[in-house]
Amino acid sequence: MELTTVWFALIAVLWAGYFLLEGFDFGVGILLPFVGTDERSRRLAINTIGPVWDGNEVWLLVAGGATFAAFPEWYATLFSGFFLPLLLILVALIVRGVAFEYRGKRDGVAWRKRWDLAIFVGSLVPAILWGVAFGNILRGVPIDAQHEYAGGFIGLLNPYALLGGLTTLALFTLHGAVFLALKTDGPMRVQAGRIAETLALVAVPVAAGFLIWTGITHTDGWGVTLSAAAAIALVSAIPLTRARREGWAFAATGATLLLAVAALFVTLFPDVMPSTLDPAHSLTVHNASSTPYTLRVMTWVAVFFTPLVLLYQGWTYWVFRKRLKLSDIPG
Amino acid sequence: MDSLDLSRWQFGITTVYHFIFVPITIGLSALVAGLQTAWVRTGKEHYLRATKFWGKLFLINFAIGVVTGIVQEFQFGMNWSNYSRFVGDVFGAPLAMEGLLAFFLESTFLGLWIFGWDRLPKRLHLATIWTASIGTMLSAYFILAANSWMQHPVGWRMGAGRAELTSIGAVLTNSTTLVTFPHTLTACFLTAGALLLAVSAWHLRRRNQEEVFRPSLRLGAWVVLIAGIGVLISGDLQARVMTEQQPMKMAAAEALYENTESASFSVFTVGSLDGREEVWSVRIPSLLSFMATGDPSGEVEGINDLQAEYQEKYGEGDYTPIVPVTYWSFRLMIGFGGLAMLVALAALWANRGGRRATGRWLWIAGISTVAMPLLANSFGWIFTEMGRQPWTVFGLFRTGESGSPAVSTGEAATGLIVLTLLYGVLAVIEIGLFLKYARAGAPDIPAVDEAEDRPLAFAY
Repeated sequence: MELTTVWFALIAVLWAGYFLLEGFDFGVGILLPFVGTDERSRRLAINTIGPVWDGNEVWLLVAGGATFAAFPEWYATLFSGFFLPLLLILVALIVRGVAFEYRGKRDGVAWRKRWDLAIFVGSLVPAILWGVAFGNILRGVPIDAQHEYAGGFIGLLNPYALLGGLTTLALFTLHGAVFLALKTDGPMRVQAGRIAETLALVAVPVAAGFLIWTGITHTDGWGVTLSAAAAIALVSAIPLTRARREGWAFAATGATLLLAVAALFVTLFPDVMPSTLDPAHSLTVHNASSTPYTLRVMTWVAVFFTPLVLLYQGWTYWVFRKRLKLSDIPG
Repeated sequence: MDSLDLSRWQFGITTVYHFIFVPITIGLSALVAGLQTAWVRTGKEHYLRATKFWGKLFLINFAIGVVTGIVQEFQFGMNWSNYSRFVGDVFGAPLAMEGLLAFFLESTFLGLWIFGWDRLPKRLHLATIWTASIGTMLSAYFILAANSWMQHPVGWRMGAGRAELTSIGAVLTNSTTLVTFPHTLTACFLTAGALLLAVSAWHLRRRNQEEVFRPSLRLGAWVVLIAGIGVLISGDLQARVMTEQQPMKMAAAEALYENTESASFSVFTVGSLDGREEVWSVRIPSLLSFMATGDPSGEVEGINDLQAEYQEKYGEGDYTPIVPVTYWSFRLMIGFGGLAMLVALAALWANRGGRRATGRWLWIAGISTVAMPLLANSFGWIFTEMGRQPWTVFGLFRTGESGSPAVSTGEAATGLIVLTLLYGVLAVIEIGLFLKYARAGAPDIPAVDEAEDRPLAFAY
């Protein structure tokens, strides 16, 4: 396999890891106003993701860094072209990260309410915008001969991309609800399970709409197959949640996200950012990539260190595997 | 202002802001790890209380360091896409390595440290903070390797319209990196030491928790002194490497216009810095020559000669950085760093043995040391980045060509305004929380409760 293909696959893996992991902590953040009836239960919800959200976010940083190193043209076109949405995402991630650390550091209802709002909005905005961004990448955007994005901000808000945004929002929130049910015991487990059931009824039609739209415009065999597999995984989450098999339900929503990202990247390949102006201006794994030497160096680094990262991040989840309940939260 | 100017301001503001928190994170994580090690080894309670106290301040600081770090990575693509296209093949590699080798390590193990107090065996828990601390240092290494390549590009060749990597080994062992890394790392320890010194001085002046803050004051002061000596030595080495690789930066640092042998170092100058109307200055003979070349009578190149030389080499243009900025930032960097060392020395002397300092001014000086290294760090970066202008990659790629053509003035202005306001608000909140917890003092340690179902001692 060519190294450009390897790196395309590795970047897909990084995004898949990011959606799988930060997907549920976005979801928990979005659900915070709905599951937390009092201060203690809100803290309970936040503490389910407390030890891991920061490590989850690093997947995004590494995806960004890896794109810079392996596909600098893609990184440059994408980040400068999607300037305003990325700025919004940055602001959201900043206030959200600070909110987790600071909300409990001062007593006072107003103080905490403000940070809870920051967690909610800070989780909601990226959960929508990542879908909008990938919807646009898949759909293609106006890219000129110099590989510069030639559309405005409004151009990014087309119906297909917005449906993509709703899809990630629905999937992340569902994923988060299932995670909450998996990680808590007592009333929150029951409540999160019920929310997950309701959310699934929204997520299935929204995601199906996006998949069908994608299938109509991109008739890539593998892409369609993977999309269908994602759909099956998503639907199977419903009975699993209902049966209170939270571990399996989480595996199902996780598989949905992994398969959806795989479908997206497979459909995209060999383009990384198609141009709607002229296919000749499209960015592909070949014209956007670094030199073979850089890719070789980075491949060695990835081969040695990715398993190590997976190992210790996996260990973190093992250390904090216990379900939390209200009595675990200091009063 | 156009999109490029706005992006320059944004980069300057976000980078200087980010670098207020980074040195504290790097230095303090190691000091907290050291205190926790002392507790694990001796079992003395005051070490545990110190660990938890400084650990809390560390986390309040770390939160902002982390979230502002994301902006650093994103803005290369957002605001500097031409730069990213030109250098991505070389510059992206250390950046990606930082993510994979360092970020994952620090954030994952810090999560384990915060929430692992009740979950992990004592020694394993201690290992998590050390691992996180090593992660922060690795982070610094890769970022400095990337930055050093901009100061002194090595291990590359010119490809089709872009720089291409030919040797990752050369990039990671760049002579610039090898002198910059120890300089930055020791400066981080100096910063964290000053923080310990200052907060401890505040409590000791009020005779609060002397059993916790006396050892912390001594630790902080010693760290400032030892790290300070390291900063001086590494800074001296760095100045020589810089003079050799970027003579214009050194000339601008001194506002030296003509090639001079046995050049003196002006500590302070009144008058214009264009070398024509010097009203008054305090000078140390031959020091500049010594700093630049290691030889008191060595020749230091001047701005005018270098400007002529660069015009011949790179074509018409102005190759002189803004002299007052480089001149003053260089002095303020050295001055504030040196001042912190003097205060540390005085604090150690006045509190030697079992003595307790009596002079009010000494306590005030001790408390204000916290700001000195932060200022020195900021001026250090301003100097090193502004002194490289007009280049983003020295001798290779200019700042004027580095911006994002796709980003409009309105977008760039939005970015600058939004981030500046947000950072401003965060600064107010951070300082408020920091002061609250600094004043609260070290927590009492509750009796150990071995019950299975006890609440989590550490939680959000």
